[in-house]
Amino acid sequence: MKKIFSRPKSLKTTPFHYCPGCGHSIIHRLIGEVIDEMNLQEKIIGVPPAGCAVLAYNYFDIDMGEASHGRAAAVATGLKRAVPDRVVFTYQGDGDMAAIGTAESIHAAARGENITTIFVNNGVYGMTGGQMAPTTILGQNTTTSPRGRKEKVEGFPINLSEMLAIAPGSSYIERTAVNTPANILKTKKAIAKAFRLQIQGYGFTLVEVLSACPTNWKMDPLKASKWIDEVMASHFPLGVLKDTPGDKKDAH
Amino acid sequence: MRGNHVVGEAAIRAGCRYYFGYPITPQNEIPEYMSEKLPEAEGGVFIQAESEIASIHMVIGASMAGGRVMTSSSGPGISLKQEGISFLCALELPAVIVNMSRGGPGLGNIAPSQSDYFQATRGGGHGDYRTIVFGPNSCQELADLTYEGFNLADKYRTPVLILGDGMLGQMMEPVELPQEIPLKKLPAKDWALTGAKGRPSRFIRSLILDPIKEEEHNWKLMRKYEKIIREEVKWETYFADDAKMMVIAFGIAARIAKGAIKRLREEGVKVGLLRPITLWPFPFKAIKDFSKKVKHFFVFEMNMGQMVEDVKLGIEGNAEVHFYGRPGGVILTPLEIARVISSQYYQKRLG
Ligand code: SF4
Repeated sequence: MKKIFSRPKSLKTTPFHYCPGCGHSIIHRLIGEVIDEMNLQEKIIGVPPAGCAVLAYNYFDIDMGEASHGRAAAVATGLKRAVPDRVVFTYQGDGDMAAIGTAESIHAAARGENITTIFVNNGVYGMTGGQMAPTTILGQNTTTSPRGRKEKVEGFPINLSEMLAIAPGSSYIERTAVNTPANILKTKKAIAKAFRLQIQGYGFTLVEVLSACPTNWKMDPLKASKWIDEVMASHFPLGVLKDTPGDKKDAH
Repeated sequence: MRGNHVVGEAAIRAGCRYYFGYPITPQNEIPEYMSEKLPEAEGGVFIQAESEIASIHMVIGASMAGGRVMTSSSGPGISLKQEGISFLCALELPAVIVNMSRGGPGLGNIAPSQSDYFQATRGGGHGDYRTIVFGPNSCQELADLTYEGFNLADKYRTPVLILGDGMLGQMMEPVELPQEIPLKKLPAKDWALTGAKGRPSRFIRSLILDPIKEEEHNWKLMRKYEKIIREEVKWETYFADDAKMMVIAFGIAARIAKGAIKRLREEGVKVGLLRPITLWPFPFKAIKDFSKKVKHFFVFEMNMGQMVEDVKLGIEGNAEVHFYGRPGGVILTPLEIARVISSQYYQKRLG
């Protein structure tokens, strides 16, 4: 019998600890598939964040080095500059990337650091219990915006990817989601493209992935998937935000 | 050569190829020197980061990849780096961190001061850890200790701090520089992240959720620190053999104290000096040994007396400890110290 579906070999056998319906599991798998297909397992180094994905090194069978909260882009900068022929990526949540690590993220993009960031946006601080994130949308209830986020009180959410797209140093930025099969495939293509552009030396690449956190959104996974399309994506529109190389084909 | 340039040159000769920093006076000549020289060295990288926090985390990244890496700053910037220093210790990563300290707290001023002694020797960041701390007192020592700092950092997989001050960084002295070490001669690092080629994948992390395992990690660090305490304490003495009063001072204050002691010796005042060269590990035992015969100790510092606690710990109540200091960036003069010593000396009827 022919095996047509299996665990990517760049993922370990450790079962994910993520909640049912969580986008992290899907994104991990997609990264694993891309690493396998591009044959990167022996030359890629990942920088996991603080947050729900803090244990990513238990799941990826590749070299990984932990960054403290928000500092992944700086750690990745140091790594990439020291071993420039390796592929270096960070895996960061929205609190990590768009709040505490804003300076590191903006300046890595501005310098055109030749690294890739996988930016998982689920609009809350998942691991700490669902507090308001920089990407929490107006009206959204969280444990620290219990009356719903109001622009006059908590201020507006931040669209970091759009900001980074302005930087001349960034080469490719796309926002995708992992809530439907079609979006999952697009996400995989985007990740592969980002890694490929890094290998080609185009500078900073970023894939923002809208990802469900059913636990803290207090929704079942199906409703959470719908909410991404119906509500979240209207604040964070899906699509290519920047593509300087302008090369539409991906690694597949 | 100027002190800050000496640090840069000694680092490059020790195989440092990565420098990440942020401007702050009085250490700007270090990043300037590195920006000039590192791009000429093979694989050399200089980045002026967006912040002290970013620069220390770039240090972490380059260290993870196995490189010899340095950052430098002064007081307020070193405060910002504490997060990364705690991580360097937890992740067991080597690095050299230079603090050309200035008057504080807060912004303070840019004059030479030793007010970061506590911050340097007590850790400064969160969690149970120690860092090796050197307190050089001349440009020659800046060269030697920077060079040795890289070796110790690699040997113990731990960050090494060099606590200088604005005066040391700015002063010019002739220096004999250490031999440049070829990168190929540096010890291989079987823990570095270089891509899992032909070997199992590795990860470097500090998160250990199981308290029992985190405790194990802490004890492992502790055993390392105990070995450093046993093997790496450095100090020197000056006119100590027949001293009735011992001065304890470090860094530039010790150098000024030497001038005072020389003057006093000419007048027949039997005063000597013990200068800790490693501020951590601190030469407790050497001080204890002296306290068996010398009953009067004088601590001189350019701060409010931060090292006094360590001196007292060393003396274990066996002798009296006096303190004289000038905080805020005021530089002590040898004459001033000589007067204070001699008035104590005669008050205690030592001569
Ligand atoms: S809390 Fe949210 S982000 Fe974290 S694992 Fe659960 S669903 Fe995923």
